[in-house]
Amino acid sequence: MQLVFLLEQLVNGLVLGGYYLLIALGLSLIFSVGGVVNLAHGAFYALGAYVSVEIAKYVGFAPAVAISPVLVGLLGILFERFILKRFYTADPILGLLVTFGLAMVGEETIRIIWGAAPQPASMPALLKGPVIVGDFLFSKYRLLLLAVVAVVLVGIWYLLQKTSFGRVVRAGIQDPDMVAALGIRLQPYMTTIVVLGVGMAALGGALFAPIAVVHPAMGAEIITVAFVVVVIGGLGSFWGVVAAALLVGVVRGITIHFVPAAGEASMYVLMFLILMFRPRGLLGERMEKFE
Amino acid sequence: MEERVTTRAHIQAPVSRRTALKVGGGLVASAAIGSPSIVRAASDDIMIGHLTPMTGFLGALGEWAVLGIQMAAEEINAAGGVMGRKLDVKSEDSINPNTAATKAQRMLERDEKAFLMGEISSASALAISQVAARNKKMFMALGPRSDTLRGKNCNRYMFCTDIPNTVMVNAVGNALLRDGMVKGKKFHTLTADYVFGHDLLRAAKSFFAANDATLSGDDLVATDVTDFSPYLLKIRQSQPDVVCLNLAGNQVTNFVKQYAEYGLPFPTVGFNLNTADAWAAGPGNLSGTWPTVWYHTLQTPASMAFVEAFQKRYGKLPENHAWIEYVALKLVAQAMEETKSTDSEKLIQHFEKGAKFDIMKGREAYFRSWDHQLVQEAYPFSVKDAGSAKDQWDLMTLGTAVPGANQPLEAIYPTSEQNPCTL
Repeated sequence: MQLVFLLEQLVNGLVLGGYYLLIALGLSLIFSVGGVVNLAHGAFYALGAYVSVEIAKYVGFAPAVAISPVLVGLLGILFERFILKRFYTADPILGLLVTFGLAMVGEETIRIIWGAAPQPASMPALLKGPVIVGDFLFSKYRLLLLAVVAVVLVGIWYLLQKTSFGRVVRAGIQDPDMVAALGIRLQPYMTTIVVLGVGMAALGGALFAPIAVVHPAMGAEIITVAFVVVVIGGLGSFWGVVAAALLVGVVRGITIHFVPAAGEASMYVLMFLILMFRPRGLLGERMEKFE
Repeated sequence: MEERVTTRAHIQAPVSRRTALKVGGGLVASAAIGSPSIVRAASDDIMIGHLTPMTGFLGALGEWAVLGIQMAAEEINAAGGVMGRKLDVKSEDSINPNTAATKAQRMLERDEKAFLMGEISSASALAISQVAARNKKMFMALGPRSDTLRGKNCNRYMFCTDIPNTVMVNAVGNALLRDGMVKGKKFHTLTADYVFGHDLLRAAKSFFAANDATLSGDDLVATDVTDFSPYLLKIRQSQPDVVCLNLAGNQVTNFVKQYAEYGLPFPTVGFNLNTADAWAAGPGNLSGTWPTVWYHTLQTPASMAFVEAFQKRYGKLPENHAWIEYVALKLVAQAMEETKSTDSEKLIQHFEKGAKFDIMKGREAYFRSWDHQLVQEAYPFSVKDAGSAKDQWDLMTLGTAVPGANQPLEAIYPTSEQNPCTL
């Protein structure tokens, strides 16, 4: 029986990892193209949750989850054009500082608009409840969430690997100067990637709003996990982030099964161990600018 | 070619990955550091230091605390102050036990506050109480509920106004016994992993032991947990009769939302709930019977008047932390008037003599002289059936006060034999 319980935790950990992936992949993408670790990513996540809760009052849950990332993604255009753009070629510490400041501005803005008290949010009764497959219990809602993540993941992968858009972005990551020399302006590509990253964070927020507390500091909670996932996976690596997100979810679940109190600490121990043996993370590539 | 130029290395300052990670990690970690208030009050004002968590897992409760105490200060000042002097209550974010102790030290030593009030976290309150005792100044702990603050860790300079864990367990326990949900039943407990949770678990365990209940599972939960799914699976695996929650702050809300999401069949009971946590859960997520120190539907004239005034002032209903901070400042102001002093020693003696205070409940409250906790009525409250709530604030039905009118107030409090406090 013990083995079945463990297996159940493992599968549940994969589901949770899929959710972490949504946040961490955006963070990693923005870092890949711009070289900026976007600490304001959590603020966009929180904003995604708040905007979806607000819209859901008028149009219902599902449309709100779809609209919120689009609106917050549009905000990403401004973010990229007016702020992020200036820091691509600057000292990375400046990029960290400005996005960290922006994270605080974002949190306070939410506090000013919606107040400090958490916003109540529920999902439609239809989505509540378990799905039992054999001995395993799943949440119906989380399976749906996992499906959404899978679609997004495949979409992003396809965009980056199989389209001409993706080829330019990947070339830009490797050698922006050569891309410029070929007469291609990278700016619109950068904007698109940031919008995608920010939109994914907002989608994560919108999807998590019905199952977690929607409060102004929720962004600060998630950015730590996302940061850990990206570091474990290797800054800038697509598959590294995928592997790391799933690994963090599984390790957390298994740890809670045996030592419940150590659940949150487990991911930091994991990060420590992996960085000991692979300082660039699981699949981190050698990047000249960080050596 | 002498030098290979790659990526953007030539246009960027050389910063190692290590530095980037360190700064990133540092910035994430430093998110919690606040800034001290630098505004000084007029010298004649009675200055009171107010510490409460405004961020973190208890932050949502702290915001209510600030609204409550500031409204009381405004009303007292509008009515002429205390002994003709204005009250100046400065609220600051206590953040964590370390920062709370540092801020308490500064407030007493440099800012010359007359005494300290506030706090919700039992761990931070413990730290503040030690600073207060060293400085021989009163600290009125308003929100913390840990029994150890009134027991093993009590001290002469600390007074506690909220109901302790034992009282919460008793308030709900009576309702559970009545419904036949304790005797011979298996409980699975989830407990907040800090001093308050451990303390509540102790009180819960002695209640179970006294009433023939057993534990099928017993998990500690870190305070920053947002995803409860691994714990929910463990609950299902242990097949309890009842799930018992000793959680705090955002944990409660996160748990009840996800419990509803997973649709587990076991009934839940909770030994700690604040109205704000219930409101945050959203309709249809919360269930069961919980304890409370006060709820806005309490039908006493003073309480109804307070609710109306609060709504007029802030445009929303008061939460129980707003209430406790409001009545606490009022009763301290009353004590200062009665003793004609702001001196901690004189106030302590006054409270120890058994001074009675109207705290808007059926019966007056008083501080017990030997453990410095406010003895008062408590209530069970249960979640209304879906559809019968008027609006999102109207979630709970308040039960009748415990102890019953024919019993002494101290009947639900630990006795001097049970409580190891020596002042």
